Amino acid sequence: MTGLFLELHLQQKSFTLEVDITLPSEGVTVLYGQSGSGKTTLLRCIAGLEKNVRGTIEFKQEQWHTDNKFVPTYKRNIGYVFQEPSLFEHLTTQQNLAFASKRVKGDKQNNEDHIIKLLGIEALLDHYPDQMSGGEKQRVAIARALLSNPSMLLMDEPLASLDTNRKNEILPYLEALKTKLNIPIIYVTHSPDEVARLADHLVVIDDGEIITSGPLSETLSRLESPNHLNAELGVVIDSTISEQDKQWKMSKILMSGEELWFHDDIHKNANEVGSLVRIQILASDVSLSLSARLGTSITNCLPATITEINDNLDTGITLVKLIIGDTAVISRISSRSAHTLNIHIGMKIWAQIKSAAVIR
Amino acid sequence: MNDRNLMSLYSANDMQAIVLTLKLASVTTVILLLISTPIALWLANTHSRMKALISASIALPLILPPSVLGFYMLLAMGPTGPIGAVTQALGLHTLAFSFTGLVFASVIYSLPFVVHPIYNALITVGRRPLEVAATLGASPVDSFFNVVLPLARSGFLTAVILGFAHTIGEFGVVLMIGGNIPGVTQVISVQMYEHVETLNYDQAHILAATMVIFSLVTLTLIYSIQRPFKHQKPSFSS
Repeated sequence: MTGLFLELHLQQKSFTLEVDITLPSEGVTVLYGQSGSGKTTLLRCIAGLEKNVRGTIEFKQEQWHTDNKFVPTYKRNIGYVFQEPSLFEHLTTQQNLAFASKRVKGDKQNNEDHIIKLLGIEALLDHYPDQMSGGEKQRVAIARALLSNPSMLLMDEPLASLDTNRKNEILPYLEALKTKLNIPIIYVTHSPDEVARLADHLVVIDDGEIITSGPLSETLSRLESPNHLNAELGVVIDSTISEQDKQWKMSKILMSGEELWFHDDIHKNANEVGSLVRIQILASDVSLSLSARLGTSITNCLPATITEINDNLDTGITLVKLIIGDTAVISRISSRSAHTLNIHIGMKIWAQIKSAAVIR
Repeated sequence: MNDRNLMSLYSANDMQAIVLTLKLASVTTVILLLISTPIALWLANTHSRMKALISASIALPLILPPSVLGFYMLLAMGPTGPIGAVTQALGLHTLAFSFTGLVFASVIYSLPFVVHPIYNALITVGRRPLEVAATLGASPVDSFFNVVLPLARSGFLTAVILGFAHTIGEFGVVLMIGGNIPGVTQVISVQMYEHVETLNYDQAHILAATMVIFSLVTLTLIYSIQRPFKHQKPSFSS
C-alpha cells in the first residue's frame, strides 16, 4: 500500500461519515461535494483534528490511526491550509513562516527562499496579517504550510473565502505547486472550475459517502456521475501540443490520430509544440451530426462512436458519451434531437466540437 | 515634595499595613494565575455537564457578602473544619488569624476576577490557532506558550491587574478570618477602618485617598490594554 489508506467511521450531527478508500500518493486529489457533504470533515480526520473517529488511517506504511493508536496532529507530517487564512495575528509574515520552519523535524531543507518566491510573497515579509489582503494572507498561509516540510499537503477550500479576482490571483500559484512539489495534495472544493483546473484524481463525496472516485478524465467521462459534474464540466484531456498555427493563434493535439484544434490562450505563457496542456471540452460545445458537414464555422468535426446514452426525460436533456480515437467526450443535446437522430449505442456519428479551451 | 516627605505622611503602622497588603496581593496573584489558567483552559474546552456548576461556584464570591464567605472559611479553618483537620494532621497551627490563612482566603475571594478574563480571552482566541499550530508541528505545550499566551495576553494582563487590585481592596473576609494583627493580618482596609473607629480622620483620609488614586490608575491601565488587538504601524495621516 503506497498511498493514503482510509477506513473511517464518524457520527456527526447532520450526517455519518463512512469512508473506505485508498488515495494516490502523488498528484492532486480533489474531494468534491456540496457543503455539508462531509468533505471537510474527511480532511480533518486525515489531519487528526476530529475526535471520536473510528477506523484506520495509514500513510505510506505509517499508521496514523488504528483501534488502539492515535498519532496526534502535531506528529503527523502534514501541511494544512484552512479555508480562511488563519495566520497568527501576533506574528509578521516572516515570523509566521519561521513558526513552521523552526518546528521541522529531521533534515531541514533550505528551500525557504524558493517557496517565498514560488508564492510571490517577498514584499510581504515584514507585514502583520491585518496589513494584508485576503489573497495575500492565503498565499502566506500556503507558504507556511509548505515550510513545515510536509509529506502531504491538505487544503480545505483555500479559495472559498476569496472573491473572483483573488481566486484568479492564487490559482496560478496552486498550479505551479502541483508541478514543483513531489508530495500528494488533497484539495477540498465545491467549485467545478477548481476541479477542472487542479485535479488529477477526483473523489466525489455526498452525505458522508464516497460516490465515485478515479482519475479525473475517467471520472468525468462516466455518465452516471450523480452530481452531474460532467454536465457542467464536460471532459478534460491531458495531452501534448503536436502542431501550432502561429498565424491564426491555434494549436493542435492528437487523440490517437484524430486532430483537435483549439485557440491558444493569449493570456498564458506561449505554449510550444511538445508542451503539456489540459484541454476542457464542455458537453454543451459538442453537437452531433449524421454527416461530416463542410462549410460550417465549427473547427473540429471528428468521427465518433456512441458508447453510452443517458436520457433524462424530466429535463429533456440527453447526455451522450462518445469515443473519438481512444478519448471519451460527452455531448449534451436535447432529448428531441436525440430522438430525431435516432441515436443508439454503437452508432458511428460525427462529433462537432465548437470550441475547446486550454485550462492549463 | 521629595520621597522622604511623602513617606512621612504615613505612620509606621500605616507603612507596615501598606507593605503587608502589597505582599498579600502579590503572593495571591501569583497563586491565582497558576490555578486559574488550568481552570480557564478546562472551562473553555469542556463539554462536561459539570461546567455550569463549576462556573457558578467560582463566581460565588462575586455575589456573596464577604462576611458570609469569611464566616464559612473561618469555620473550615477551625480545629473541627476540613481545612483545620488537614493543618492539624500536618502538625501546623490553624490557618485562621495567620498570613497563610489570609492568602488562602484571598485566593478564593479573588478567583472569579482572574478566571473570567482568562476564560474570555481563551474563548476569543478560539480553537483555530491551536489547530493551525498543531498542523505546523507544535505540541500542545508549545502552542500554549507561543500561540495562546501571546494572543490572549491582554486577558492575562487584565486578570493579573484585577486579581491584584481586588485583593488589595478586600475587607470583610480579612476581618473575619484575619482579624487585625499588625504585621500579620492588618492590611490597609482594616487599618483605615481602625483609624475611623478611633476618630483619627487625618490618617484615614491619607489611606483612603491612596486607595482611590491606586484604584483609578489600575482601572485606567485595564481599559487601555483592553483595546482590540491591532498591529497598525503608526502612520502620519491619523
